[in-house]
Amino acid sequence: MTIDRLASATPVRVARKIKGLSDRAIAWIFVGPTIFLLLAINIFPLIWTINLSFTNYKANRINREVKYIGLRNYERILGDSDIWLSMQATAHFLFWTLFFQVLLGFALAWLINRKFRGNDLWTTIIVLPMMLSPAVVGNFWTFLYQPQIGLFNYIIAFFTGADPSSFEMLGSVDLAPWSIVIVDTWMWTPFVMLICLAGLRSIPDYIYEAAEIDRASKLRQFFTITIPMVLPFLMLAVLFRGIENFKMFDLVVQLTGGGPGSVTEMASINLKREAFEKWRTGYSSAFAIILFVTVFGLASIYVKALNKVKER
Amino acid sequence: MIVRKLASVTAVSLASLCYANSSHAEDLTLCWAAWDPANALVELSKDFEKKSGHSMNFEFVPWPNFADRMLNELNSGGKLCDLLIGDSQWIGGGAENGHYVKLNDFFDSEGISMDDFAPATVYAYSTWPKGTPNYYALPAMGDANGWFYRKDWFGRDDIKAAYKEATGEELGEPKTQKEMLQIAQFFQGREIDGKKVYGAAIFTERGSEGITMGATSALYPWGFKYENTPGKYDMEGAVNSAEAVEALEFYKEFYKTATPPGYTNSYMGESLDAFKSGQVAMAMNWFAFFPGLYADPDTGGDKIDFFVNPPQNQAGSTLGGQGISVVSYSEKKDASLEYIKWFADPAIQAQWWSMGGYSAHNSVLKGDGFTESAPFAGDFLKAMENVQDFWQEPTYAELLLAMQKRIHDYVVADKGTAQEALDMLIEDWTEVFEDEGKL
Repeated sequence: MTIDRLASATPVRVARKIKGLSDRAIAWIFVGPTIFLLLAINIFPLIWTINLSFTNYKANRINREVKYIGLRNYERILGDSDIWLSMQATAHFLFWTLFFQVLLGFALAWLINRKFRGNDLWTTIIVLPMMLSPAVVGNFWTFLYQPQIGLFNYIIAFFTGADPSSFEMLGSVDLAPWSIVIVDTWMWTPFVMLICLAGLRSIPDYIYEAAEIDRASKLRQFFTITIPMVLPFLMLAVLFRGIENFKMFDLVVQLTGGGPGSVTEMASINLKREAFEKWRTGYSSAFAIILFVTVFGLASIYVKALNKVKER
Repeated sequence: MIVRKLASVTAVSLASLCYANSSHAEDLTLCWAAWDPANALVELSKDFEKKSGHSMNFEFVPWPNFADRMLNELNSGGKLCDLLIGDSQWIGGGAENGHYVKLNDFFDSEGISMDDFAPATVYAYSTWPKGTPNYYALPAMGDANGWFYRKDWFGRDDIKAAYKEATGEELGEPKTQKEMLQIAQFFQGREIDGKKVYGAAIFTERGSEGITMGATSALYPWGFKYENTPGKYDMEGAVNSAEAVEALEFYKEFYKTATPPGYTNSYMGESLDAFKSGQVAMAMNWFAFFPGLYADPDTGGDKIDFFVNPPQNQAGSTLGGQGISVVSYSEKKDASLEYIKWFADPAIQAQWWSMGGYSAHNSVLKGDGFTESAPFAGDFLKAMENVQDFWQEPTYAELLLAMQKRIHDYVVADKGTAQEALDMLIEDWTEVFEDEGKL
């Protein structure tokens, strides 16, 4: 009886109603636009960029003959010391922002996870920086870092006794890379905190209760329950922030413009200069492909590792 | 039948009216940088609107984004701008890439002669290839990098005495680059009226063209040349000559010992701020800003005076300024050319100068009383006699960014020596010219 009912409830194949169209064709009609859009705005530009990367094409020289030059753009990029310096600047920024954001984000999440009065208010206050536009953040930190009137310099001077205008956070070769790390950490630590908080709140209380019964110390509970169970969340946060910071552009442009000299010139800033200021389209396409392969490769390895951690 | 006839007549009349309107009264858009002279041009253009019936719209982009925005527009064949007051260095690209309309025939038919304009401005703003009688712009805004200083401080007896004691010389407008540095160092960190002040604000900006425009203000007076033989691109020994190295070392010393802290990425706006806020005794900037500076209620008037970029081995100033071109992608070329014709009129040029624009027309520059017409007018004339411009090649952006990097790396980021910076600059420029097939 049940089987009969189920059979009668199954709709007549749609294709029979629309003359001449199979189920497969209808499926394509629905999926087609999405696939077309994907091809048009993702796949085609990628293939086109790969094609351009083997040419001497310059988008501002439309009358110039475009020649295929093989791997010359790739050779030049890999042999260009300025490119390697920009990759170094990116790696420095990436490593230290991730380090501080994970450390502080997790610590804040752990503190916020405690039950205390004003918990919600503090959470709201802490997440405020990440709601701001990077352009706004860049601008006001430029003022904070101003050696003569900047609050940051005054605070440091207050604690160290140094003259506030004796050091320049954005103008010093040694301090500028750290100044952008500080701002990015200030802005995005709340994001890591929120993800960690989700991880912490997903740990069932009974696991801690069982540990208490087994007389496990707080420290042991932390290392054997909290950290392993939050780790997948933490790794996800690192993945998001890592990809974002690899292509960091707006904040750094606002703060230092890549300077002083080129010490904070990230790969993305370098790429933008090559592509849209120098108009070396072929060369910058090759650089973009190298960056794409790097991010894609690193992200793939990382996602595999993340999946393994989740399976544990 | 009658109704149908009436309808047809009405339709034809309406169509004719629409056509008449579109061919006679156009909406023109003029693109330029957002700065004081642009506001003056808006006022001036009201006269054109009244006389021609066309209406003018303006697209002004802040200087740091001006080149990016406008070159993108031109390269994509955009129709935003009918008229463009583009930077002098764009003329090569504008001409070779077909962005600008060639104006020779128009000038001939309208009796506009380039001999009526200051030769330096015609050479720099209008011609491509350089110096040939192929005109792609009308000189619109003469400009050069100059200096201004706190006349009230320079005139104070206590400060003059302190300077005399410190240097054994009289304090006054500097006659050489080195004297200017000496004065700037004297003011650096000095307390005036209870406030710590600094020597001078100079250009150090990294992103667009700032530090190149600043450093060339030292390089040119030392005798810097881009090529040994004009047009041959033989840069070895010219770009990295002993004089060029000395000039670059001088600029670095200036930056390190005589500028306010934190001015590591400063250009026009920062220079104006530093001066107007009473932080510095002197500052470099474009003559275009001088009318506004003179009119400033706090630091203008009798508190300010101006001087041309001082010579060292020779006189030399960095060229600014722009020519006005008709964009070849515009669909309103006739109306745009009408604007150029109106703007070239000597009476309009005189008005342009009186409103704060820098006319390059001889009738204005050589007119009676021009040098007395503003406290900076005489210096402007002097500067325009010895201006030098950056490369105006179609690849100017690549050439400029290479220089920005090498100079900023050396001056601000302490990377390498002046000799190394200039040697590497030659390598960068050689690569660009090789790519272009010019070497």
